[in-house]
Amino acid sequence: MSELSWWILAASVTAFAVKLSGYFVPRKVLDSPVMSHVAATLTVALLASLVTMNAFTSGTQLVIDARIGALAAAAIALMFRAPYLVVVIVGALAAVGLRMSGLAT
Amino acid sequence: MSTSWFTPATRMGLSIAVATGLYGISFGALAVAAGLNLWQCIVLSALMFTGGSQFAFIGVLAGGGTPVAGYSAASLLGIRNSVYGMQIKQALRPSASLVPLMAQVTIDESTATSLGQSSLAEKKRGFWVAGVGVWLLWNLFTIVGALLGERMGDPAAWGLDGAAVAAFLGLLWPRLKSAEPVFVAFGAVLVTALAVPVSAPGVPILLAAAAAVIYALITYRRGKPATEHGQRQRVEP
Repeated sequence: MSELSWWILAASVTAFAVKLSGYFVPRKVLDSPVMSHVAATLTVALLASLVTMNAFTSGTQLVIDARIGALAAAAIALMFRAPYLVVVIVGALAAVGLRMSGLAT
Repeated sequence: MSTSWFTPATRMGLSIAVATGLYGISFGALAVAAGLNLWQCIVLSALMFTGGSQFAFIGVLAGGGTPVAGYSAASLLGIRNSVYGMQIKQALRPSASLVPLMAQVTIDESTATSLGQSSLAEKKRGFWVAGVGVWLLWNLFTIVGALLGERMGDPAAWGLDGAAVAAFLGLLWPRLKSAEPVFVAFGAVLVTALAVPVSAPGVPILLAAAAAVIYALITYRRGKPATEHGQRQRVEP
């Protein structure tokens, strides 16, 4: 096996170990009232951070491109209580539309 | 049960699996372009299975970096998955025998889909459908991308990046029902945006998570009832 293959294997094992490590936090710690409160807050923060990463970043740069249109279109669809799948499709169509019309990259 | 399998959580999981899985084409194509062979692409998608880390690994190689540097970037980017593991363990209360399998499919999409649900059954369904669904499609399309190479082009041209933005917003949206979560969400957006230009990929979300934990601990102490009895009432049923 080449050196690269060994590093690929090592990185894969590390990734799994890191994923697994979260599950080894004792249930007693996770179930305390303070942790329930922390978990609820953390969930909102993680989702908001994922939205930001997906909408505005490219590598280590903040960028404004067609994805901001996808974000706005999805928000409008959500205000009108559109089903989840519709929201996702609206996001994709907005990005495609903005790029095809040349309004955004 | 027989009639109610195709629930909102299942549909969300499938939608996000399709949107994310198709990105595997782009990973496979870029990995081959970075000098990996088909088997190395397959190992990354099947075993490492955390998209950001995979792209970081091949991105370092494509930029002329060493495999050690690729290893470091990928591992740093994967740290958020351990936070997800804690969240999923608390929310789903899995039996120990399922944990190794669950850990493998603990990623952005499965965690977000699961935590976006309100009942335990839906949380479980969301986690498994998104986790296993993304795994299957991600691996399938990695192979397609690796075989077809760069001829497939950029998934952005199909609007898949817009679909991902909408998918995560759709999961966040139902949680923004009162002033406090809205405040927390805007705080997380701000921390993430400020951190992106000055930190390595994968770090901003960890900083947003850390800020949220600190905020939660401060507000918890302030709102804590004075008596033991009162404190016990805070525990969710």
